[in-house]
Amino acid sequence: MLNSGISVLFEGVNLERLLLGLLVTLRVALIAVVISIVMGILIGIIRTSKSKLVQILFKLYLELFRIIPILVWLFVIYYVIPANFDLNLSAEVVALIVFSLWGAAEMSDIVRGAIISLPKHQTESSKALGLSVSQMYRYVLIPQATKRCIPPMINLITRMIKTTALLTMIGVVEVIKVGQQIIEVNNLEHPTISFWIYGFVFFLYFVICFPLSRFSRKLERKWAT
Amino acid sequence: MSGQIPILKVKGLTKKYGEKIVLNGIDLEVEKGKVIAILGPSGCGKSTFLRCLNGLEEVQGGDILLDNESLINKSTKWREVRQRIGMVFQSYDLFPNLTVMENILLSPLKVQKRNRSEVEAQALELLERVGLADRANDYPRQLSGGQKQRIAIVRALCINPEIMLFDEVTASLDPEMVREVLDVIAQLAEQGMTMLIVTHEMNFAKLVADEVIFMDKGNIHEQAPAEQFFTNPQTERAQQFLNILQF
Repeated sequence: MLNSGISVLFEGVNLERLLLGLLVTLRVALIAVVISIVMGILIGIIRTSKSKLVQILFKLYLELFRIIPILVWLFVIYYVIPANFDLNLSAEVVALIVFSLWGAAEMSDIVRGAIISLPKHQTESSKALGLSVSQMYRYVLIPQATKRCIPPMINLITRMIKTTALLTMIGVVEVIKVGQQIIEVNNLEHPTISFWIYGFVFFLYFVICFPLSRFSRKLERKWAT
Repeated sequence: MSGQIPILKVKGLTKKYGEKIVLNGIDLEVEKGKVIAILGPSGCGKSTFLRCLNGLEEVQGGDILLDNESLINKSTKWREVRQRIGMVFQSYDLFPNLTVMENILLSPLKVQKRNRSEVEAQALELLERVGLADRANDYPRQLSGGQKQRIAIVRALCINPEIMLFDEVTASLDPEMVREVLDVIAQLAEQGMTMLIVTHEMNFAKLVADEVIFMDKGNIHEQAPAEQFFTNPQTERAQQFLNILQF
């Protein structure tokens, strides 16, 4: 019977455990997002510098996170660093480090792109009106760049939330890991359990990411002009 | 006419991009209240020349004197010079994140630290003059190109400049909107504003300019009263240029 599995969802503390797992997912994602935004804005502004050395260094940093899969980064920091440097990092801390570094790299690219995509004459007419550099950033460039940043930033945030699924691989007990544990316990008794549990996990991710994605689409359209 | 001290004097102004010479020793004197049209084929250096006058381009030689004070030295405060030499560009360069009124008030309030009610009154009067008083609270995206350009002129005027530079301000406008912008500039000429106008509108130049400068390849080829330049150009290059434009 297909629906025999659904009862497991509401048995004992199963539902509560799944929601607590979701909380871990969100905790890692949100802390990493906040760190990423702050660092990303700083690095993004630094990356508009004309210095070649600065450009190359940060480009290298960004590419390292684009080229190497996040899972590999997680493994490297979780398994390699403690073994060689006598540092014991919990899986969640490793997750925060990797996600923050990755998020900051991607955010910086969004911020940098938004600033340099502003038409040159915005800078020139600011200057021609006698504005100082800081006034130009404050009243003209940053407000315009912010509008361009927010929709791609929200997209990145959704990506970061989804990518936390990888954390089960280093043993963070987030929503998927909890789901797997419940399935393992009940699989023999209820062969359809994985359908229900993964279906529920599917639903949870959807409930969180869909509104974000819609919100960013809406902003994009609103600010298209 | 003569005998007046020029408000702006340019001596041997030279501008290079790497090895390429863009301005090859430009000399010019502008008397207060004069309107000077700068004509010439594309790439002759006329826009670059204007941009040098308010420090948007670095120059490699020569001098610019504003009221007999040199602008070409390290201590020049370009932010102050720019409040005396206003400039309007070809691109509709209003700040899209601010309303028309906020665009106009930004520099008077933040740079010049003037009193808000005084500046607002001036802004409204100027908007009235260009026929856009009812657009004060609109955003630039709600305006046509010609309207934006008129606002950009008002924005530059509101800092009370002594000289105005116009860099092909009608070049990217729909032909139907050229007139409304040129009318505003003609009005300024009548009021005695000192202006340097880079333009491709020959009839307009003929109408408003006291003097015409014809530039080619970074040099001034001819400098003459407007009437004389258009009826009887002296240099062959200027004759050629005017012929091409005459259909």
